[in-house]
Amino acid sequence: MGSSRILILIAQRIAMGVLLLFAVSALIFAGTQILPGDVAQSILGQAATPQALANLREELGLNDPAIVRYFRWLGGVLTGDLGTALSNGRDIASSLEDRLGNTLFLAAIAAIVSVPLAILLGLLAVRYRNGAIDKIISGLALASTSLPEFFIGYVLMLFFAVKLQWFPSVSTVYDTMSFVEKLRAVALPATALTFVVLAHMMRMTRAAILNVMQSAYIETAELKGLSPFQIIRRHAFPNAVAPIVNVVMLNLAYLVVGVVVIEVIFVYPGLGQYLVDHVTKRDVPVVQAVGLIFAAVYIGLNMIADIVAILANPRLRNPR
Amino acid sequence: MLDIRQIPIGALLGLIITTLLVLSAILAPLIAPYGIGQIVGGVWEPATSEHWLGTDNLGRDLLTRMIYGGRITIFIAALATALSFILGSVLGFTAAVVGGWFDTIMSRLVDLLMSIPTLIFGLVVLSVLPSSTLTLILVMGILDSTRVYRLARAVAVDINVMDFVEAAKLRGEGRAWIIFREILPNALSPLVAELGLRFIFAVLFLSALSFLGLGVQPPESDWGGMVRENKEGIVFGIPAALIPAGAIAALSISVNLVADWVLNRTSDLKGGRGNA
Repeated sequence: MGSSRILILIAQRIAMGVLLLFAVSALIFAGTQILPGDVAQSILGQAATPQALANLREELGLNDPAIVRYFRWLGGVLTGDLGTALSNGRDIASSLEDRLGNTLFLAAIAAIVSVPLAILLGLLAVRYRNGAIDKIISGLALASTSLPEFFIGYVLMLFFAVKLQWFPSVSTVYDTMSFVEKLRAVALPATALTFVVLAHMMRMTRAAILNVMQSAYIETAELKGLSPFQIIRRHAFPNAVAPIVNVVMLNLAYLVVGVVVIEVIFVYPGLGQYLVDHVTKRDVPVVQAVGLIFAAVYIGLNMIADIVAILANPRLRNPR
Repeated sequence: MLDIRQIPIGALLGLIITTLLVLSAILAPLIAPYGIGQIVGGVWEPATSEHWLGTDNLGRDLLTRMIYGGRITIFIAALATALSFILGSVLGFTAAVVGGWFDTIMSRLVDLLMSIPTLIFGLVVLSVLPSSTLTLILVMGILDSTRVYRLARAVAVDINVMDFVEAAKLRGEGRAWIIFREILPNALSPLVAELGLRFIFAVLFLSALSFLGLGVQPPESDWGGMVRENKEGIVFGIPAALIPAGAIAALSISVNLVADWVLNRTSDLKGGRGNA
């Protein structure tokens, strides 16, 4: 009974996510159609003859209405064909593979460091509520929402790469590098990313735990004489998991976006740098493809956050 | 009414720094020691008594560039924030008052726009739009208006069911009256508190775009663009790029401190008493 209801809720949430993804793909496509100029014009430049433009438009199928082109693009995306880049004529999907891997590697390292650290610090802040640690944490949170990513990035680079020379200032990675070499290369960008999300994640974790600790059932558990350990294990933790996982997922989604600027700072060969390069070159097919990937990861993480919240909610597990 | 001694030290500091930065932006041509494009020395010279912050990647006076750069940053961010506020609050109030299909369509559209990270959608749109100041203001303003819309709609929905609005409707006032004369004055305080946060967001967003080379285009440059111009120096241990980056941080932290204080003050006022 209970499990089937959870399954229905989860199925609904996934269906919503898929629907949203289609709507977002339409929005991204529409976002690149708001100007009268087209791809043929960008390939051939301003000096192109009308005849050459007409031929190329015919060849690329640009004479079809936007809606037909959208579904053709979407069909390609769904079958793994992202089209070819205008700037160098290469297949987009194959150029993306390595970069997507690099970006996920960087984001994963940052997540492995920042998630446990944020939860630990969030717990400390609750334990020493309104004390010095708590004040420092809210101060850091204020600073981190105000600091631009490149300030953190270049400060780290100036001290740890240039002055102390512990790490390389440019984070080049390639296939033949060993895992340890790769770690050394991404140390600085991963640290910068950690700073970008850490304080926010701490503050939200703090709020989530504090919310649970102030519930009436915690007081009841205290009054009936349970030990603090038992209170945390039996009553506080199960109720705090959902909000904490939610916080973590939301911040990971934030981290994925933060990657764009950090990659440019450290010249890291990932998806973000690829996107920025091709926005500058006005290479629309690449921008559409990479934009869609970023949006998909972002929506996916938000969806996972909701699903975990459904799974971890004891009220839904044992419905009355 | 407002005693300066009652302002908390953080907010006071924020207020002072914000005022100084805004003043220097307004008075830029008067206080800048050199011309904006004037080459006054070697590349990346350290700070001296003639050049308080040293020189930049082309040998221009960094302080002068900072003053003019701040002008562009604050100007564009302020206009984008104004646009996002006007657009977001008018649409949000209208959605709350009109309700029905208009509300549904607007709210779903805003949900959709907010489901894509702002930076990513901004980059997608900027890949086809001409690079100009007007484009930047429009893109930043429209993307950010989604946040204002949400807040404005939520606040207005509450106000819309109050008795005085009901009374205005019964005496036959039009929608424009309801929106601007009944709802707007009562929704102002939460919106004003949000204003500071939206401005910070605009400053950071603009700086990120300019840093990526997609915002303000040379020869003009804002603080984000100055970080880009001077970033190569970092590898040689020259911290010139950190000065504009630090200025962005200082501006946004100061505005944040002030906004925090305003938020606390207005929420106190809402409680009915006290001006702590």
